[in-house]
Amino acid sequence: MLLQIDHVTHYFGGLCAVSDFNLELKDGELLSIIGPNGAGKTTIFNLITGVYRATQGSIQFQGVELVGKKPDQITNLGIARTFQNIRLFKELSVLDNVRIANYSQVRYNPLESLLHLGRYRREEERTIQEAMDLLSAFKLEDYAEETSKNLPYGSQRRLEIARALATHPKLLLLDEPAAGMNPHEIIQLMDFIRWIRKEFDLTIILIEHQMRLVMGISERIKVLDFGATISEGLPHEVQNDPKVLEAYLGEGAEL
Amino acid sequence: MTTSSSALGNWFHRLKALWETIIAKRWLLPVLLGIGFILSFLIPQFNLVNPYIQLIMMYVGINIILCTSLNLVNGYMGEFSVGHAGFMAVGAYISALLTTKVIPPDLGAWLFPLTVLAGGLGAALVGLVVAVPSFRTRGDYLAIVTLAFNMIVKSVIENIEAIGGPRGIPGIYKLTNMPWTFIWTVLAVWIIRNFIYSNHGRGVLSIREDEIASDLMSVNTRQVKLLAFIISSFFAGIAGALFAHLLQFISPRVFDILKSTDILLMVYLGGIGSIMGSILGATIFTVLLEVLRPLQEWRFVFMPLVLVFLMIYRPRGIMGLREFRWFVPARDLLAGKTWRLKKEVPNAPAD
Repeated sequence: MLLQIDHVTHYFGGLCAVSDFNLELKDGELLSIIGPNGAGKTTIFNLITGVYRATQGSIQFQGVELVGKKPDQITNLGIARTFQNIRLFKELSVLDNVRIANYSQVRYNPLESLLHLGRYRREEERTIQEAMDLLSAFKLEDYAEETSKNLPYGSQRRLEIARALATHPKLLLLDEPAAGMNPHEIIQLMDFIRWIRKEFDLTIILIEHQMRLVMGISERIKVLDFGATISEGLPHEVQNDPKVLEAYLGEGAEL
Repeated sequence: MTTSSSALGNWFHRLKALWETIIAKRWLLPVLLGIGFILSFLIPQFNLVNPYIQLIMMYVGINIILCTSLNLVNGYMGEFSVGHAGFMAVGAYISALLTTKVIPPDLGAWLFPLTVLAGGLGAALVGLVVAVPSFRTRGDYLAIVTLAFNMIVKSVIENIEAIGGPRGIPGIYKLTNMPWTFIWTVLAVWIIRNFIYSNHGRGVLSIREDEIASDLMSVNTRQVKLLAFIISSFFAGIAGALFAHLLQFISPRVFDILKSTDILLMVYLGGIGSIMGSILGATIFTVLLEVLRPLQEWRFVFMPLVLVFLMIYRPRGIMGLREFRWFVPARDLLAGKTWRLKKEVPNAPAD
C-alpha cells in the first residue's frame, strides 16, 4: 500500500471540511476525486501534503505517518503536487522554477553557497542538466530563460507539473489540471497524464471537474460531497450512482 | 613612416583582440575591480581627489554594504525588515569597544580586519536571536519586531554607562580607509551575490514568490530564512564597524529609526531584488544628499519627494528585479545555451 488514509477528519473552526475520509492507494494506481465545489477535495490534498494538519485520523505514506510533518519533509518522502490556481514562482525564470524543486537534493552547505566553492560547481551543473532535461521532456526547453509568468496558460500548467516532478515524487497529486482548458486541450492533457505516469513511474491522484477527463483516464473514482465520501468505484459505477446524481443535480434528477 | 604606422596598426589589432577576449571571457568586471583596488591605494596616497570627496566615496562604499545586505531580506526574500541600523549599531559598538578599550593602539591598525569581522559576527549572532522568534510570524509582524528591535538596541546602549550611555564613544581611531572600504564592499557584494546564485539563494527567491509553493517544493523555508537574515545582519555589522572607524564618534542617536529609514530608501530607490540596483541606490542617495547640502533642511523635503515620484513612475525602483548581466554567474546566464550546445555535440567537453 503506497498511501493509506484512515478516518481523517478536518475542521476549520466549527466547519467540518472533511469527515471520516478513508483511502487505500496501491502503487501505480490512478485515482480521481470528484465532487461539487466546496466538497473538500483540495483540503484532502492540503492534508496529505502537510499544508494543514488533520484534526483527527492518520495518513500513512509507505508506512510513514505524515500527520504532524512539515510540507517540505513530506515532499522529500516522495509526494508532489500541483495547484488548482497555478502557483508558479512568477517572477523567476522557467529554469529556476524547476531548479528550486530540486532544493533538497542539492548537496552543498551554506558556506559553499557563499563562496561558490567545493561541491557548488558540480552540483550546480548537475541540477541545470537535470532541470533542462526535464524541461525538454515537457517541450519547455526553449523557454528556459523566460520569466515564467510570460508563458502561455497551457505551458504554465505543464511547467507546474514539470516542477512537481523535479522533486522526484512517487505520488503525484494533480489539482484540477484541466481547469480553463478547451475540449481539444483536455484530450491532449489526457494523453499527457498517461505519458508522465508511465515515463516517471507515478501513482496519481487527480482532482477534476471535467468529466471527460475523469471518465477517460481514472481507474477508480471517489466522490465527495460536504466533506463526506458518498460514492466510490469504477468510472461507470460512479456515473450511475443515484447519490452522485443527487449531489450534482439535486434530488430526484434523472439522466 | 610606413613601418611605424603598420606597427601602430599591429598594436591596435592586438589591443582589439585583447579587448574582445576580455569581453568574451567576462573578465571586464575583475579587471575593473583590480583597477579600482589599485586606485583605492593611489587616491589617498597622492590625493588624486580632495579629502572631502574621498570621505564621500567611503560613505558610498559603506552604504552599498548596508543597502545590498538589506536588499537580501527585503528585496530578494520579500520580507520587510526595518531595523537594519540596529544591527549596524551592534557591529559599530563591538568594534569600537575593541579598538578603544581592548586592543592596544599600536596594534589597532593591524588587527582592524579582525575587529570589523568581530563586529559582523556579533551582529550576526544578534540577528539569529531576533530571527528565531520573529520568523514564526509573517509579513507585517516582522516589520514590527525589527522596529522594536531597533528601539531596544538604542535604549539598551543609552542605559549602559560602561559603553558611554547616551554620550556614546568619542575618539575612535580613524582606521577605516579607502582600501579597506573597497575590500569590504567588494567582499560583501560578492558574497551576497554568490548566495543569491546558489541553491539556498533560490530558496530565498522562492519564499518571496510563494512561500507555500516553496514549502511544497521541498525548500526548508525556516532554514533559508534564518540564513538570509543572519547574512544580512552580519554585513550590517561589518558596515557599522567601518562606519564607526570613519566617523570616529558613535552614539545611540546615530543608529535610530531615521538611519534605518535611509537604508530602506536606498533599497527601494535602487530597486528590490537587484545587486546593481543596490549599488546604484546607495550611490545616488549618498551623492545626492551631499550635492543637495546647500539646500539645508530643504533636502529632507526634496529626498522624500524624489521617492514619491519614483514610486509613482517606477514603483519597483531603478533596477527592480532586473540584474546587470555582469553580476550573473556565467553558468546561470548561459544555462540553456550550454545545455543546447552539449546536446548538439554529444560527448563535447563541458565548458
